[in-house]
Amino acid sequence: MPSLLFEQGAPGRGNTFVANPGAPSRYLDASLLRSELPLPDHAEIEVARHFTELSHRNFSVDTNFYPLGSCTMKYNPKLNEAVAAFPGFTDLHPFAPDAGAQGALHLLWDMERSLSALFGMTEFSLMPAAGAHGEITAMLMAKKYFTQTGQGARNLCLVPDTAHGTNPASAAMVGYRVVSIPSTSRGRTDVAALKSKLDGATAVCMMTNPNTLGLFEDDIIDITKAVHAAGGLMYYDGANANAIVGLVRPGDMGFDLLHLNLHKTFSVPHGGGGPGSGPVGANAKLAKYLPKPIVIRNGDGSFALNWERASSIGPVRGFWSHFLAVVRAYAYIIVHGEEGLRRNSQLAVLNANYVRAKIKDVLTVPYDDFCRHEFVCSAETLKKETGVRALDLAKGLLDAGIHAPTMYWPHVVPECLMIEPTETETRETLDNFSATIHALVKQAHDDPTSMAELPLHTPVRRVDEAHVGRQANKGIGLRWQPK
Amino acid sequence: MAQPTDRLYTKEHEWVKIDGANAVVGITDYAQSSLGDIVYVEMPKPGVAVERGKPVGVVESVKAVSDIYAPVSGTIVEVNAAVEEDQTKVNSDPYGEGWLVKLKLADADKTGLMDAGAYEELVKSL
Amino acid sequence: MYTPHTDDEIRAMLAEIGAPSLEVLSSPPRGLEIKESLGLPPALPEAEAYAHLKALADKNDAARKISFLGAGAYRHYQPPAVPWFAMRSEFLTAYTPYQAEASQGSLQAIFEWQTYVCLLTGMDVSNASLYDGATALVEGVIMAMHANGRKRVLVSQAVHPMYRAVLATYAAGMGLEVIEMPYNAAGVTDLSRGADHARGASCVVVQSPNFFGCIEDVAASSKLAHDDDAVSISVTAEALSLGVLKTPRESGADIALGEAQSFGLPVGYGGPYVGFIASTKEHVRRLPGRLVGETTDVDGRRAFVLTLQGREQHIRRELATSNICTNQALCALIATVYLATVGATGLRSIATTNLRRARELSDALTSITGFSRAFATPVFNEFCLRTPVPAEQLVKALERRGILAGLPLSRFYPELTHHLLICATELTTSDDIRHLNSALAEETSRAVAVV
Repeated sequence: MPSLLFEQGAPGRGNTFVANPGAPSRYLDASLLRSELPLPDHAEIEVARHFTELSHRNFSVDTNFYPLGSCTMKYNPKLNEAVAAFPGFTDLHPFAPDAGAQGALHLLWDMERSLSALFGMTEFSLMPAAGAHGEITAMLMAKKYFTQTGQGARNLCLVPDTAHGTNPASAAMVGYRVVSIPSTSRGRTDVAALKSKLDGATAVCMMTNPNTLGLFEDDIIDITKAVHAAGGLMYYDGANANAIVGLVRPGDMGFDLLHLNLHKTFSVPHGGGGPGSGPVGANAKLAKYLPKPIVIRNGDGSFALNWERASSIGPVRGFWSHFLAVVRAYAYIIVHGEEGLRRNSQLAVLNANYVRAKIKDVLTVPYDDFCRHEFVCSAETLKKETGVRALDLAKGLLDAGIHAPTMYWPHVVPECLMIEPTETETRETLDNFSATIHALVKQAHDDPTSMAELPLHTPVRRVDEAHVGRQANKGIGLRWQPK
Repeated sequence: MAQPTDRLYTKEHEWVKIDGANAVVGITDYAQSSLGDIVYVEMPKPGVAVERGKPVGVVESVKAVSDIYAPVSGTIVEVNAAVEEDQTKVNSDPYGEGWLVKLKLADADKTGLMDAGAYEELVKSL
Repeated sequence: MYTPHTDDEIRAMLAEIGAPSLEVLSSPPRGLEIKESLGLPPALPEAEAYAHLKALADKNDAARKISFLGAGAYRHYQPPAVPWFAMRSEFLTAYTPYQAEASQGSLQAIFEWQTYVCLLTGMDVSNASLYDGATALVEGVIMAMHANGRKRVLVSQAVHPMYRAVLATYAAGMGLEVIEMPYNAAGVTDLSRGADHARGASCVVVQSPNFFGCIEDVAASSKLAHDDDAVSISVTAEALSLGVLKTPRESGADIALGEAQSFGLPVGYGGPYVGFIASTKEHVRRLPGRLVGETTDVDGRRAFVLTLQGREQHIRRELATSNICTNQALCALIATVYLATVGATGLRSIATTNLRRARELSDALTSITGFSRAFATPVFNEFCLRTPVPAEQLVKALERRGILAGLPLSRFYPELTHHLLICATELTTSDDIRHLNSALAEETSRAVAVV
């Protein structure tokens, strides 16, 4: 079992990185200096073994299948890694003069144009660092739009009950009241219920399409028309864009604002929880509120950062973009082109329907329609029959080297499992997943109490979350402490 | 666990035990069981006035956070220090040692409160 | 490109699904389908794509020039061990560690990051990282707001202008009142002016070293805050300075936050970087984003797990402490591997080398006629040079000579026309300093001659 870095090392170990500069007190008065620096010193071999060993205790796309609904865990191409490591990109300072950054600016501009075309928007900002960051950016834009058009009193945000938690959280951050709209038995947002909530206070309606049940909101035109008629704006959460790239555009559906997740749809690796990139797109009405600076192309063909955006909400990040993440997404787009991107979306939908067809005999699939790039199923019946829950199935998958699907969300489906295979998985992988699900369901019937013991073969088994939660609330257990 | 008959209940799964001008408040067995292992309890401090039906605090478990609504109107007199130290009491003894706050009643209004039998019916229907 | 399906497989899969074609399965309702070409260039084969991107990278000649730019993004030595281990596939292509059993690698690494941040800042608790220093400031201000319910923020004008601009963006949407404290002739915050407005402030925010490179009196700023029961926030844009300077905790700060790009992350045209936030124990429940805690599994093994998720968006939704979902896990990992690789000894010597190089640079440049230090306050690795001709003009002239001389401060402070923000790090060589020295001397004697 790996020890912590702070339980290893010894003073003085480590390489010599610089010529000895002497003590800090040669340059600064002692009153400005810290009294001690209680970090460990490690020999490089300790660092090597420590992090290599840690890496062996992780699932990853390069080692495991992740059928995680709404996360789009597709393969992360290594071409993207190679180009993102070019010194011409990594060594470029954000305050470099525009004339010396023409390659980077050209890439950003190309990216912005491509995304605008793909999603039916007028302009994009590549500034936001992640999806949630893109969401709050869009909310700030909406708020400014209403303030500037004398409608600052509008403060109602409509969100389907299947929405991702970041949606209401982002809306609340700008002071919007959040109203949840129920879903129908067909798994779509209840249009009548939504319309009944529209009034002069309506600011934004946040939706994703297909929704988090994996179903296309067929009434989307009806919805966007109604929201616009009430004076509200439509915001598209791009988490499920992998079902639609090259097939249909949010702009054509009537959305005014959207965010994308480059680390989902555009193959940028998840990195264990970031960094991502969450570009925000806007239509002609709202483009002027996008964060600044924006990349523009001058008359002479050169590229520049433009700060002359009088109506911009301002910057939302310290610098211009998660550039090295955008480089990866750009590489992904240029090797695919429109045709390739469309085909990816189609095959993502194929793979999801394939898995759905193969497991619907053992887990309840609550909606009859074909799904898009993801689908939900329920272990509620299994729970009633055997006491075994979705959580136990998920832990059983880990033993088979398969990451658990998204669980217990959306809340409209009890004991929910949300499954999104993505388009880069082979048929063999999908067949193996289905077979594993069948085996686990069988085990649930044959030997239900054994399921609570799973997983058995992972580096650690089920952890005591209650204990750490109690400690953490007191500020304990969140870091190593010296004795 | 059968619901104790010496107290009243709300549909938000709180209980209130009234004794003259004072009351003790906690959450029911159904609530603690739904939440799972409780890791944090936050209640208003002594001296704070609370209004019936309004959220006054939270009880948090590993997977969920539950707002606690005041079942009656009054002023907080005491917060259960033992529970602040050890939240497991709310799970193991929700009607006894797991009480949350004691308060001084502002009025005798019992709107929204039901007896043990009615609450039992409610829980059965869920 | 990366989809493995053969035509036969597609046919067989469609048959099992019971759908006639890919189009039927995936097309949108009639009327919504894309009708014409979107105008994207045709797909490039991989080798051509590689060449195309190489050409774009090569066009960035500023990446190859001698650079004295800092201003919130710092050129430091990246030990090769750092990307070698941090960019391993098992870290790079992993998902957020929601399933503890499948993510002990990522979780332990974050726990170690949290520990490093606490040790460097002197704080009790830290989170799993934030997007960057600017958004970390926003999150810190929100924490203070939740702590005392007040909506007025007192922030120094010497805090990084982009950080203040991001704060202003959020403040407009969140109804916060931001009041700026001016800087004085010494290049540090004029706290006496701040005292006028301190009454009723939620927090007092200073950056040290500040945007001018000057080391601030954070203890005085903390006192100003505490005298009115406000929260003291200390911002760090150049994390390497934490290797030698007094910690925010030692200076009485309640919340320490900032940017950790200096710990092994490339400047990368602005990102991704990694923000940190840490606080005293009292504020733990207000910390935004992810937190990793230590516990045990059913067999008694030590295990790490995401905790206090009750604060986060996926549980609390509109009542979350923040909307933040992702952290910057891989960037925090790069920083963690960096700190493990250099250790206390390496960090201290690298940081001291920065002090040394800045001293050499300052001595060399102030020896040129017409150049002086704008502010007398001690600095870490960045300082403000007073120039005999407008700094913008000088910087442009030096660009033509292949040198990025620094940032003209008039860019963000219109009144500072003859002020150049210039940075030296352990990568700055004596040759670099010599080149800059002679270039500046030549340019100014020429400019003076013209005048």
